[in-house]
Amino acid sequence: MPSYVDPSKCDGCKGGDKTACMYICPNDLMVLNAEEMKAYNQEPDACWECYSCVKICPQGAIFVRGYNDFVPMGGQVHPMRSSDSIMWTVKFRNGNMKRFKFPIRTTAEGAANAYPNGKGENLDDERLLLEATLAQPTMLA
Amino acid sequence: MALPNKPLGELPAVVDPKIVEHDVDVLIIGGGMAACGAAFEIKKWAPADLKITLVDKASMERSGAVAQGLSAINTYIGDNKIENYVKMVRNDLMGVVREDLIYDLGRHVDESVKLFEEWGLPIWKKDADGETLDGAKPAPTLREGGTPVRTGKWQIMINGESYKCIVAEPAKAALGEENCLERIFIVKLLLDKNVANQIAGAVGFSTRENKVHVFRCKTALCACGGAVNIFRPRSTGEGKGRAWYPVWNAGSTYTMCAQVGATLTMMENRFTPARFKDGYGPVGAWFLLFKAKVQNGLGEFYANSDSVNEELSKFMPYGKSAVTPTCLRNHLMLNELKAGRGPIYMATDVALNAFLDDRRKSGMDEKSVMKYWKHLESEAWEDFLDMSVGQAGLWAGMNIEPEKIGSEIMPTEPYMLGSHSGCCGIWTSGPAEDWVPTVDGPRSHQYKWGYNRMTTVDGLFTAGDGVGASGHKFSSGSHAEGRIVAKQMVKYCRDHANFKPELAQTAKELADEIYAPVRLYHEHVGATTAADVNPNYCKPAGIMMRLMKATDEYGGGVATYYMTSGKLLNICLDLLRMLREDAAKMAAGDLHELMRAWENYHRIWCVETHIRHIEFRKESRYPGFYYRSDFPTVDDQNWKAFVNSTFDPKTQEWKCEKVPCINIVETDPWI
Repeated sequence: MPSYVDPSKCDGCKGGDKTACMYICPNDLMVLNAEEMKAYNQEPDACWECYSCVKICPQGAIFVRGYNDFVPMGGQVHPMRSSDSIMWTVKFRNGNMKRFKFPIRTTAEGAANAYPNGKGENLDDERLLLEATLAQPTMLA
Repeated sequence: MALPNKPLGELPAVVDPKIVEHDVDVLIIGGGMAACGAAFEIKKWAPADLKITLVDKASMERSGAVAQGLSAINTYIGDNKIENYVKMVRNDLMGVVREDLIYDLGRHVDESVKLFEEWGLPIWKKDADGETLDGAKPAPTLREGGTPVRTGKWQIMINGESYKCIVAEPAKAALGEENCLERIFIVKLLLDKNVANQIAGAVGFSTRENKVHVFRCKTALCACGGAVNIFRPRSTGEGKGRAWYPVWNAGSTYTMCAQVGATLTMMENRFTPARFKDGYGPVGAWFLLFKAKVQNGLGEFYANSDSVNEELSKFMPYGKSAVTPTCLRNHLMLNELKAGRGPIYMATDVALNAFLDDRRKSGMDEKSVMKYWKHLESEAWEDFLDMSVGQAGLWAGMNIEPEKIGSEIMPTEPYMLGSHSGCCGIWTSGPAEDWVPTVDGPRSHQYKWGYNRMTTVDGLFTAGDGVGASGHKFSSGSHAEGRIVAKQMVKYCRDHANFKPELAQTAKELADEIYAPVRLYHEHVGATTAADVNPNYCKPAGIMMRLMKATDEYGGGVATYYMTSGKLLNICLDLLRMLREDAAKMAAGDLHELMRAWENYHRIWCVETHIRHIEFRKESRYPGFYYRSDFPTVDDQNWKAFVNSTFDPKTQEWKCEKVPCINIVETDPWI
């Protein structure tokens, strides 16, 4: 189910130094054609349909079309992702629609505690940060 | 239109890339769960002046196997005994595992899960009435004693669409954004020029600009995932990308570590998951949360039949556990398919309607049943939408509503990995604890040599899919393992404060090697009118298809129902030898293609180790994952042992050996 770009919506992220889809694609598939200022998926048969590009596109210009070697035409799954939830629209080949909304995060973006002042105690034992004691096996062979 | 001949893509590669050299103490290679765990933990132990750099082929926010999200965390010990976790993993992986590594993982993993929740990952909870609350509803956290929603003994349910983003954020913050280099693909590890068997650096290239990056380091973590697209997939057109495991995992971890002499273990192990056909949607929630059963084409729920129980009794003690090992479940399914009783269905309709019938029987009114159904339906779809959207797309395209009709499931093409229900990988030291066996002999036979999760190469560590003989870590365990390694790398730097890494090759020599496919392209592209068809070079895409054809037909792929033999394996090795030679003639016109060239180089090497190990092990250890027709049974008497292999970078020779497998946790009772 490769991603594709709607040229009427894609603005090439205005040629900024970070084209969103190109920045995010885990498989290096999304590229910007600088002349046209449009992005495209350069290798559709290597697309994992992870939707990372769809979710991040600031223009909502990226969609997914089912893999042409096994998905009948006409269906579509499309997300709208906000900072705390994601809304999925599932359109069936027969026209039926379903919508699902799920939470994705309970903290504000950027608020995850990296424990910048956390310091481990003893470099020579096996305990990691925040671990007071470590289990030792019983029921031995 | 073939003319004019020009590179693919948008970022043409030039023959003389810029060279950037970096001197660091600690190099973290990878950006997935394990690398993020290491990045988070390491600053808690490192002195302020320790220089630490992370290098990721992708962007940490969405790199690795969790890029798309997950609907469950498959390893959370909670109230269970860690010893029972060891027993479960040992049985699922047919007895040959490193129990020290598994136990050690079990005692660290929950802390990672508690951190995920604190960072913002929504984890489902049970309320006081036993009803399910999604992870955004107010409820006590795991740290506060909240009750997660279990699906089976070890898994907990999450709303995990943003799982990886949430885990990457504090990793990046802890290390400092300036120390996280993204879109650089490390392709080779480098040994020290003066100190034998000591890691000294790594080299790779940018996929965004024509630059080769050379790193010198005292210690490195190589955590770049498992291997995908190494056997011909069931979908060979566009759907080739819909691999079950992340399609960007090219076996880089195994290949790069093996090439510098790190001992590998259990490379014969593979994972051929049974998944929803074509979309490769997860089955775990369907089996465990929705209690669905599989049905053959005749409509029979064959799982508990007499003939099945008789078949399982051939694989004692593994076959008789309450949870049948994953490979044996495949074995039973393959028996149905080979007998012509396919296809196999997940009876989603039966399962979902059973829930509704139960509510009706308990006196629930129809309106409440419908409300309950909406909740159930949403949970069923979320399972796919969180982690395998393509399966939802297939259902939409096929007009499938799971409450009305079951969906076909099918064993996929084989994958190599060490963190899921597979255990191939690198032989590493266990923790420095008294209960870890002391064994005489070379490191390739030992269980501990001072630094937890260090490979047999000094200063080189691995984690996640990289650590062999220790499966069922999944996302949480991979993160925990990265945290374990982080502390050990700091210890390694402290203990080797005077070590000054020096590389044997110059930066220019390394750059020439990395960019060889680009030079080859430019040298010969004019020889034909179509850039991809040229007698002087081959393109990465063709090399990958050639690899997958060889493994599929001779190495026990789907073409032969996973059956191979000594004869076929040796043909496969011959084909791979020529493939490896020809891989030196891969040409790349742009940076994306250069990435594909090196990925395929990694794939070929990694598959070769897989085939070598299967050839060496004269039995069929994992029926359902692969079979040897010449040694068709599990032979515990002779082969309940590790197969370890080591490549000598000096002599370029492989050595395979049998290494005793020591039980640490009681074997009676087995489960």
